[in-house]
Amino acid sequence: MKAFRGQPSIFASAQPDQRLAELEVKDLSLSFGGLMALHRVDLRVRTGELVAIIGPNGAGKTSLLNCITGYYKPQEGQILFNGEEITRLPPHEITHRGIGRTYQNIELFPGMTVISNMLLARHIHCRYNLAPASLFSRRVRREEVRHRRVIEEIIDFLEMQPIRKKLVGSLPYGLRKRVELGRALALEPKLLVLDEPFAGMTLEEKEDMVRFLVELNEAWNQTMILVEHDMSIVMSISQRVIVLDFGKKITEGPPQEVQDHPEVIKAYLGDTSTIG
Amino acid sequence: MLRLHFRPCGNYRERYEQEMTIFETDFGRLWMGVGIVIALGVVPFLASPYMLYILNNMAIAAIAAVGLNLLIGFTGQISLGHGAFVGVGAYAAAVLATRVGLPFVVAVPLAGLVTALVGMVFGIPSVRLKHLYLTIATLAGQFIIEYLLVHWESLTGGAEGIILPEADLLGLRLVSDRSFFCVLFLIFVFLTWVAVNLVRTRYGRAFVAIRDNDRAAEGMGIPLFRYKLLAFGISSFYAGIAGALLAFYTVSITPEPFTLFLSIEYIAMIIIGGLGSISGSVFGAVFITLLNESLSWTAEFLMNTEALSRVALTIAPLREFVFGLIIVLFIIFEPRGLAELWRILRASFRLWPFAY
Repeated sequence: MKAFRGQPSIFASAQPDQRLAELEVKDLSLSFGGLMALHRVDLRVRTGELVAIIGPNGAGKTSLLNCITGYYKPQEGQILFNGEEITRLPPHEITHRGIGRTYQNIELFPGMTVISNMLLARHIHCRYNLAPASLFSRRVRREEVRHRRVIEEIIDFLEMQPIRKKLVGSLPYGLRKRVELGRALALEPKLLVLDEPFAGMTLEEKEDMVRFLVELNEAWNQTMILVEHDMSIVMSISQRVIVLDFGKKITEGPPQEVQDHPEVIKAYLGDTSTIG
Repeated sequence: MLRLHFRPCGNYRERYEQEMTIFETDFGRLWMGVGIVIALGVVPFLASPYMLYILNNMAIAAIAAVGLNLLIGFTGQISLGHGAFVGVGAYAAAVLATRVGLPFVVAVPLAGLVTALVGMVFGIPSVRLKHLYLTIATLAGQFIIEYLLVHWESLTGGAEGIILPEADLLGLRLVSDRSFFCVLFLIFVFLTWVAVNLVRTRYGRAFVAIRDNDRAAEGMGIPLFRYKLLAFGISSFYAGIAGALLAFYTVSITPEPFTLFLSIEYIAMIIIGGLGSISGSVFGAVFITLLNESLSWTAEFLMNTEALSRVALTIAPLREFVFGLIIVLFIIFEPRGLAELWRILRASFRLWPFAY
């Protein structure tokens, strides 16, 4: 994907500093009333990394993502993105700073077509104002065409050509997940945050998704955080794995190391030492 | 040579620009042109003053309905205060024209801007309130404005209202229904075109996103509160323009027409026309205006018929009943309104004699 219909690809031609994504989470604590969802979590993601966050149900994975993307306001701690504090910013501000995400339970706009859903994500890249928009000036038209071209490039990459004009509400679950990934890519995020992108997919759909994510990461140097339950996928594609349990970080490291870590086995399988 | 494409039996588009046009085919463009020429060149000279009066009322209602549809149909913020906003526009124009002495061309857009500001103030509750709760908050706005129009006598003249000076457009005196028709029609066409443009750019997409899924809209980088206020502002701007035109057209204004019932009438227009459709708002405005006229015509006819005048007195309040009935029938049988019926009609003509 170095070129798209004779023109340079939007993604392949991005400058290195446009791809810079250094995320640092320091001492993050979040509680709902008396329930401690996250307890002093530290985490770092560097540019170009594919980091997975795993943990049993209720470990606080999605809460952590919601803190990073601004949906939850943590009581303590700091989140820095490219050196700038984003801790309690509202979600739209965080999106403007280059963090795009998908959601655990698909949050698309079911009444809109695939193209409209993705065009919507170009909102932050639109430069025109209300007055030219209301007259649909030549410049607005040119810009809209450019956005459409970006969308078409993503549609080609995700192999969604046959469904581009379908209403999202009419698509099967697996394809919706793909549309949601496409919409997140249309934001041209520096950091892509994926909340269970493989949940509820068939094997073929999972294989496609893995292919897309790996290519995004390797060919386009896309930085990614991935929350996922499917261990075989996590272990095969992520460079680093972070394990949460009851809101605390148990361990982190390369997949192989994490897999054999006694604390992780305990978190997933229970304490085996007392048996017998 | 210009080649017109009337009925493409397939998708022959080659450029992205072609997907952004308002009309899908040259046929639509041609008819729109012909329609505008007939409306400006033929109608004013053939129609009777009464017909022109109805057409003028339609144009004013359509401007307000297009604005309301941007707010309710596209952004999903239900407002019960639109009737009051039209009143604000009318009074703003009247005050600007009488106290400040501004001419028609300046007073009307300024009245629109004043109303936009007022609308944004009453849109502030949308930061916290959604759905039914917001509706009730805007209902409060309706009553507050109604109260002010009646009781702020130093500004509004109380129940007596204000009498406006003659409207003149750059030296042309606008006194007849005919000259008003031309001006109103052009303003209506322009504002509708603006609304269509807004809908096909990032603003319209952001509005629809807020309506469909505000959580995801926020995640796409759309500041919810700013865009909700913007929707209130634009919608009230349209209401204000409609009110200002109404004030200049009817010459004298009183607080009487700008009640909750007017708000509901506008909501009826966009429900019957089609929520989330600009053309639907126009259809709805035409439909409701015609309905109003035919109902009052029927009532008058019955009154004047000796044998039926008693019956007429008892069924005069049936206006509200008929209104309600028609809204309910539309919601049951064609929730997407007249715009959808129009689409089905066009499609069946195009596909005839096949059923698909």
